[in-house]
Amino acid sequence: MPDNSRRLQLTADGELRHFLAIEGLDKPLLTRILDTADSFIEVGERTIKKVPLLRGRTLVNLFFEPSTRTRSTFELAAKRLSADVLNLDIGTSATSKGESLSDTLLNLRAMASDMFVIRHSQSGAPHFIAQSVTPDVAIINAGDGRHEHPTQAMLDVLTIRQHMTTFSGLRVAIVGDIQHSRVARSQIRALNALGVDEVRLIAPDTLLPHDPEALGARVFHRMEEGLRNVDVIIMLRLQRERMEGALLPSESEFYRMYGLNREKLAYANPGALVMHPGPINRGVEIESAVADGPQSVILGQVTNGIAVRMAVMSMAMGGQLNERQSATGEGVASP
Amino acid sequence: MQDIEQLLNRMTDDLRAHISAQGLSSLCPVGIRTGGVWVAQALRRRLGIETECGELDITFYRDDFSRIGLHPRISPSRLPYETEGQNLLLVDDVIMSGRTIRAAMNELFDYGRPESITLATLVDLGRRELPIQPDVTGIHRSLGACQRIKLQGPEPLELTVEEVPDA
Repeated sequence: MPDNSRRLQLTADGELRHFLAIEGLDKPLLTRILDTADSFIEVGERTIKKVPLLRGRTLVNLFFEPSTRTRSTFELAAKRLSADVLNLDIGTSATSKGESLSDTLLNLRAMASDMFVIRHSQSGAPHFIAQSVTPDVAIINAGDGRHEHPTQAMLDVLTIRQHMTTFSGLRVAIVGDIQHSRVARSQIRALNALGVDEVRLIAPDTLLPHDPEALGARVFHRMEEGLRNVDVIIMLRLQRERMEGALLPSESEFYRMYGLNREKLAYANPGALVMHPGPINRGVEIESAVADGPQSVILGQVTNGIAVRMAVMSMAMGGQLNERQSATGEGVASP
Repeated sequence: MQDIEQLLNRMTDDLRAHISAQGLSSLCPVGIRTGGVWVAQALRRRLGIETECGELDITFYRDDFSRIGLHPRISPSRLPYETEGQNLLLVDDVIMSGRTIRAAMNELFDYGRPESITLATLVDLGRRELPIQPDVTGIHRSLGACQRIKLQGPEPLELTVEEVPDA
């Protein structure tokens, strides 16, 4: 699987051409994404926050699941790269008239789209599209099922690098509903690839994946133990719909055991970073005083999200253009 | 090759003459990475400019993105002053097609509207593809098809001509 994922995402020269998963990507490539993102952060501080890289390119945001933050940061990132952006509201589009996903995508490609940003409830949907439907369109995974959410993981590790400068020696705890979290899966892979000392998962058994050790993580069931000596705490959103599956006794019980408040934060190293991919459920997984406190970098994560998305979009577009050129000798593949 | 000190001294004299002819009060130096930054720093010292040297990475503004993609090595541009209304001294080590300078000027304008831009380059190889000319040049050279010029640095600065095998 890592080999497959790598082959699908990279050109023969090892350049990014789709961004589907952290799985299969190595430290040098992840580091290059972070370095490129650093340069885009600087662009975001200028009078004119825009560069001409993707001028004349068309990007389609295809969100088959609702999203506010991710979709809007992808849109802003594309606009800052000077691309034309189409946001497709899937609920009112052709798919509700019975058109298949493949047909929708082929039609969009026929409109000369260069890149699809895809969020889908089915794990592997972006891979399928990159492999079988429109391989000559750069595909960016914006979250697929329980599989991966790679741009979220990259913005998280970028935020960690900004504050900690290096990954080696770091202990990172991920807390909450890990079992249902594509964010956590991508985070664990990115953190391990970049060489942190230890990734810890803190959750009740019912919210843990079946194979935490295979993912390269150490499991804790109690915050008091799991948070000891950690440098970074990543809180996950408690997906309230999970309550119904009897995976949890109650919201208040969960908060008592796994909610991050000032008292539990004190178990971690002094100055440990508090992170959250959003949206936050205040008082369900995190206390307001902690979410808004001095150790929280949650809003910085959002800012970094734009830069990271600019980085992967421009890198994937570059690789894709290379690929098209070597395939056809010219810029655009035949429809 | 040529003695760099000599070239830099000549450029400094020419820049002083340019500054007084144009009536420029002060120049804010900005070099194009990496060689241009070294030359900009050397000129800044000689001209006694107090303003810190800016550094431009033009990767996001190159006009060959659709042909060769994003350059792998990249670091943030750094302009330690407001460019709006300033007289800028843009410096590169080598000018040939003029495309790098075009990209650099496009980038500079995204920081604000400078009052003026003066262009200084250490080596001018000719073979221009765009109507862009330096105000001050250290030396004009023409190279054979298989030759490439490179500035080594930052201390000491040294120009070398390399023979490259046929592409």
